[in-house]
Amino acid sequence: MINKVVNNIEEALQGVESNMTFMVGGFGLSGIPENAIEALSKKDIFGLTCISNNAGVDDFGLGLLLKRKQIKKMISSYVGENAEFERQMLSGELDVDLIPQGSLAERCRAGGAGIPAFFTPAGFGTEVAEGKEVREYNGKPHILESALTADFAFVKAWKGDTAGNLIFKGTARNFNPLMAMAGKITVAEVEELVEAGELDPNQIHTPGIFVQRIFQGDKYEKRIEQRTVRTKE
Amino acid sequence: MALDKNQIAQRIAQELQHKTYVNLGIGIPTLVANYIPQGIDIEFQSENGVLGMGPFPFNGEEDPDLINAGKQTITTLPGAVLFDSATSFAMIRGKHVQLTVLGAMEVSENGDIANWKIPGKMVKGMGGAMDLVASADNIIVAMMHTNRQGESKILKRCTLPITGVNCVKKIVTNLSVLEVTENGFKLLERAPGVSLEEIKTATEADLIIEGEIPEMKL
Repeated sequence: MINKVVNNIEEALQGVESNMTFMVGGFGLSGIPENAIEALSKKDIFGLTCISNNAGVDDFGLGLLLKRKQIKKMISSYVGENAEFERQMLSGELDVDLIPQGSLAERCRAGGAGIPAFFTPAGFGTEVAEGKEVREYNGKPHILESALTADFAFVKAWKGDTAGNLIFKGTARNFNPLMAMAGKITVAEVEELVEAGELDPNQIHTPGIFVQRIFQGDKYEKRIEQRTVRTKE
Repeated sequence: MALDKNQIAQRIAQELQHKTYVNLGIGIPTLVANYIPQGIDIEFQSENGVLGMGPFPFNGEEDPDLINAGKQTITTLPGAVLFDSATSFAMIRGKHVQLTVLGAMEVSENGDIANWKIPGKMVKGMGGAMDLVASADNIIVAMMHTNRQGESKILKRCTLPITGVNCVKKIVTNLSVLEVTENGFKLLERAPGVSLEEIKTATEADLIIEGEIPEMKL
């Protein structure tokens, strides 16, 4: 067993520097690495490129890094929940590359799987296709999308073991397993860290080979963006 | 009477086919789940990683780890399954999801759709919409016939940056049901009590009108 456990958040973030590229897991606020983001927002690192499906909200998630203007470029599919983000983007302070969600997921997966590029129909004929090679397969045009990798990938899982194996819960899985594969250094934070051997190998979602560092997060707020309920009849 | 948003959803629900997988977009499309006809088995897919999505949870039973693509809290039904985003879009791109219902800002007569960006004003992003419209065999748009300024959203050509080309099959608006044909928009149904003249006035594109146009049945 190769032990991946780090003792604290400082050790987990060792080596992060200005101008690096980070992947950050999560969809909306679900499954975001809350502890890593908070710690990054307190470091004096700037000029970051962040690959993340969304950009948090004004005062939580990646919104914390945006507020301190630590991010120079965002690569995302949907950023509609963050007013500060929209302001920085429309004013030109923030460089934004919006890409279709399926292409974003597959580009991360490809990056981790050693596939440098692939053709997809998504985005053909739109702004997204500008400057990209087009090829027809089965009579339908497809555009060439390249793989994504990152200096660090920050992911969050429900449970993990000391070997770095991860299990996710609910829809908090989303981009986390894909980004875990694509990080040069993948830092996984978990709600519950157990000894190797305690997780059933049949149930593991992300094999520990993709994870370089693992720690149990101090606390999880798990904020809900759109609390939507029905009433009992 | 023009339809309200719930009635648009109700009309779209009549298009649901037995034993199919369906992706519902944010807004009016989400409401379609409330009107599944008797005897029709459907599984709803949400692109953030769930198939077999159920109704909203009861108050106090919300789970932050269980949301839909609109970031709303949800529940799952028996037989549901959870997966990562790449697997989710494999279902979509690989045409395993049979129907996509989504909202739009504009639709053009060749089936182009625009729904992700207003240059210089609003840039929220396309989310999963570009993947969905590029691959789904059947795409139904749910939207109001005109925008807040009263301008037609049914156009000869889209003026906004498009999300996908030549993909929309059908549109249900507060005024009408339209089919996108090789020759342009064909008017299939009118909202109850809405006249042909009202629909023509609210539509910038040309309409193919053949014979009597029936009223929608809700």
